[in-house]
Amino acid sequence: MSSVSQNFMKLFRGSSGPPTTPAQSSQKVTRRSSGLAELSRSWESAEGLCVLDLGSTSPNNIRHFTERGHRIYSEDLLTASTDPELAIKDEEGNDILDSRKFLADNLVYPAAQFDVILCWNLPDYLDESLVKPVVGRLWSVLKPGGMLLAFFHTRDAGPDSPCHRFHIVGGDVLEMQKIELRRESRRGATGAAPTALSEGFQLQRVFNNRHIENLFRDFASIKFFLARDSIREVLVVR
Amino acid sequence: MSAPASGLAQIGKSVFIKGELSGSEDLYLDGHVDGSIALKGNNLTVGPNGQVKASVEAKGVVVQGKLDGNIQASDRVELRKSAVVNGDISTQRISIEEGAFLKGKVDIHRTDTK
Repeated sequence: MSSVSQNFMKLFRGSSGPPTTPAQSSQKVTRRSSGLAELSRSWESAEGLCVLDLGSTSPNNIRHFTERGHRIYSEDLLTASTDPELAIKDEEGNDILDSRKFLADNLVYPAAQFDVILCWNLPDYLDESLVKPVVGRLWSVLKPGGMLLAFFHTRDAGPDSPCHRFHIVGGDVLEMQKIELRRESRRGATGAAPTALSEGFQLQRVFNNRHIENLFRDFASIKFFLARDSIREVLVVR
Repeated sequence: MSAPASGLAQIGKSVFIKGELSGSEDLYLDGHVDGSIALKGNNLTVGPNGQVKASVEAKGVVVQGKLDGNIQASDRVELRKSAVVNGDISTQRISIEEGAFLKGKVDIHRTDTK
């Protein structure tokens, strides 16, 4: 597994431009999700829920919730974390991300705003310096009794551990689409030509059960679902 | 990529506007606007070069470029694949193409059709 700073520098080498945006390939894989099945029972029976989707913008997910009368907020945190302005050095000169600035620019909501947070595989790919601060902020914006769904790899399968965006296509069915990055030329401050980035986000670490329990220790309960594809699904309740 | 229809009011990509933009006809905006846009009963299209920092109120809104601000559409909102929207959307109908980027809330308000 490559280090955080290596991944980070690989992503931004030679660039002072804007954050990247995910480009979607057409390849989609369907998988069943026990965590989603349990979670979906809440939005099928309740009205007017407030849902936060932290994955790449998904038309499916927006349609899924708005058709049921729920409000959905979309915020692609992984893409937001690639903003070059977040790059700082720590006291030892190592490349890190400025978590304070990140949380000043992202996840800015009133306390206890959301009934459901769809975290997807964000913690596996998010820079180490952001993981705990982000989970702390998620705790504060989730309502007491609100639920959060997250996915974790159980092993590092290298190229077979691509970062996916998740589309809800049924009560317990997801479509997964590999995320590839492209430079968003329109947002360039310098007007420079777009730079193709063929690599997607890379797995930063593999959490074991104890790590996950520790990560969500401020939450009231945590439930694990182990799937066949080396993904551990986690449903936590604040 | 849809081009502006002939006869449609247009703001070209070299135009910068700061302030309040309002009108009573459809508008194709491919330039820069910083302020607010009100086209009640009419449609706004933000072209691929468009960069808008404004709250938008219109009947229909199509975004191909970048829009920072809240969108309030009485009919529909379309985010094309090149769209980058940072703001809340309130509308009756919405369509979002694969690849569009949205950071904000989507609120669908239904009107009874009796």
